[in-house]
Amino acid sequence: MARFVARRLLAMVAVLFAISVITFTIFNVIPNGDPAYRLAGKSPTPDTIRQIRHTWGFDKPVPVQYLKTMEKIFGGSLVSYSQNLNVDDQIVQGIPRTLSLAIGAGVIWMFFAIALGLFTAVRAGRSADRLMTALAMVGVSMPVFWIGALMTYYLGFKAGLFPNGGYVPITKNPIQWAYHLIMPWTALSILFIGVYSRVLRGNLLDTMSEDYVRTARAKGISERRILLRHVLRNSLIPIVTLFGLDFGAVVGGGAILTEKVFDLQGVGQYAAESIAQLDVPPVLAVTMFGAFFIVLLNTVVDIVYAALDPRIRLS
Amino acid sequence: MSTPPSSLAPPILEVRDLAVSFATDQGIVQAVDGVSFDLRAGEILAVVGESGCGKSVTAMTLLGLTRSPNARFAGTATYKGTELIGASDAQLQRIRGEEIAMIFQDPMASLNPVMRIGDQIVEQIQAHEDLPDERAHERAVELLQRVGIPRAKQRAGSYPHEFSGGMRQRVMIALALSCDPSVLIADEPTTALDVTVQAQILQRFRELRDETNAALILVTHDLGVVADVADNVAVMYAGRIVEQGTLDDVFYDPQHPYTWGLLGAITRIDRPRRTRLPTIPGLPPSLANRPQGCHLRPRCPHEHEHCLQSPPLVARVPGEDGHLDRCWLEPERKRRLRELEPGEIGLRPKDVSPTKPTRDAA
Repeated sequence: MARFVARRLLAMVAVLFAISVITFTIFNVIPNGDPAYRLAGKSPTPDTIRQIRHTWGFDKPVPVQYLKTMEKIFGGSLVSYSQNLNVDDQIVQGIPRTLSLAIGAGVIWMFFAIALGLFTAVRAGRSADRLMTALAMVGVSMPVFWIGALMTYYLGFKAGLFPNGGYVPITKNPIQWAYHLIMPWTALSILFIGVYSRVLRGNLLDTMSEDYVRTARAKGISERRILLRHVLRNSLIPIVTLFGLDFGAVVGGGAILTEKVFDLQGVGQYAAESIAQLDVPPVLAVTMFGAFFIVLLNTVVDIVYAALDPRIRLS
Repeated sequence: MSTPPSSLAPPILEVRDLAVSFATDQGIVQAVDGVSFDLRAGEILAVVGESGCGKSVTAMTLLGLTRSPNARFAGTATYKGTELIGASDAQLQRIRGEEIAMIFQDPMASLNPVMRIGDQIVEQIQAHEDLPDERAHERAVELLQRVGIPRAKQRAGSYPHEFSGGMRQRVMIALALSCDPSVLIADEPTTALDVTVQAQILQRFRELRDETNAALILVTHDLGVVADVADNVAVMYAGRIVEQGTLDDVFYDPQHPYTWGLLGAITRIDRPRRTRLPTIPGLPPSLANRPQGCHLRPRCPHEHEHCLQSPPLVARVPGEDGHLDRCWLEPERKRRLRELEPGEIGLRPKDVSPTKPTRDAA
């Protein structure tokens, strides 16, 4: 276990290095990418440009620039080109918002996906299953920017049921925190519930035809217990993989659309706005931040695997 | 009948005209067609036949394990006065494991891979008895000891993948015995095991029968196993019993050409070695489309004027009341046919290589 975690941490360093190099290079080679011109404002003189290049270090070789940037990211002194704000501060500000979105939505989508998956698998082939299958397809087909816009317009603006945007820290008022997040949670969960419940339904049906489920039935235990103790437990592994990846992506700022539609001002929204301005430092920092969470969650997934299935060894 | 003294006792399980069919894409599959037998306490009944003859379906139907939206059932199976075929799920749930327990074919796949084996046994005990966790766990360990698992206390905490095939089958047996069932159904219990382990497992069955007087239905295609332990034998072919009687009746005075074929296909060290093992030519018919009349007709070299009519399962040999078969041939003619060399008496061997896998390959 300790060796496993150590190896994963090492791999994480390698992944972060590779991702930072790639991101840095991309932003250095794309056309119109010279930050000096954007920092200089409208119609700068060649002198100003040279001046800026020198102060920001753009006249140094690219590897040196890369190292300097990394040093600043980890030293907490990296500033954005566009607003001259500290990037690390901006991300730290976004973290509680993004984390609130991810954890709440994660709980909701896992709960409903498991409930719906069980419900449809038990009634496989019957009308309730068909109806739910159709609903899941509808859910999968609704993009967040669309359902989110509908929700903010009808539920937020017209009906006034929920606040449009805004964020209340959980430490200040947990009820207001949840109240403000209900719409983003729902919008983000709908797609995942659709996908996850379908995957789980398939796994459950496969597992139900396993020999050990027949053994369980021959033991004379209740159908409910067979389903929960024998079938569900063995069907969860693929769902755990999916969840690890998706949850990691959302925490790392991947729920850009949801954050933007509901103006949550989390890490994802910050990334989106920085990309729009070709603002390299925040993009680089957020990318590494996201990659960190994805690798971290993958490691957690592997540990959960071993807990779920004793045949899997952490090595 | 030469059944043990228990033959005087009333049967604990009476199966009458049991029929099971499944609606499939290929049409209606008549998996079991009019199977009847009695089972008495302490009796070991072997149900033999080729793969797909309906023997496993018969066994599983007794516990309602073949129930599904596309399955149809007819006939009755009465266990100590309770009708099993039409029983409610709640009734069946009480009987399963406690009264009638089942041991499945593939011990590798029949245990839940993510549950400790001790817990799998405890689960069954607690499903039928209100026992505190520690007591149930102690009982599970005792059961594991009884079936010959070394260091049972520690091994109860292991997962199935940490056991060998033979050990897993012992765990399955411990599981089946955990509530002292009156009837044990073992579906090919030794097929996946090597020969030495197989002998040990069969020995356990005999001992258990002697200790608990439980009845055992042994579903198998292995006639060597049958000869070892069975009191009575039912030979199945294409969903029907074609011959039924005591072990001696069926093995030493076989009446049905299919039984001759099965017996002729056993390797024997007391006979001169052949280049090819005798086999039964052809394949069993599809259960969705069985031949008219006697189902064996397309594969059988013997002819009788009635072969196109379905032969009833009746006693045909004078003096052997309990010995039933489904062949129109007169017992006298059968006797003459059997005078010939074994292998040529029944279904003529064809020049095909034996398809039966070697058992010790596991």
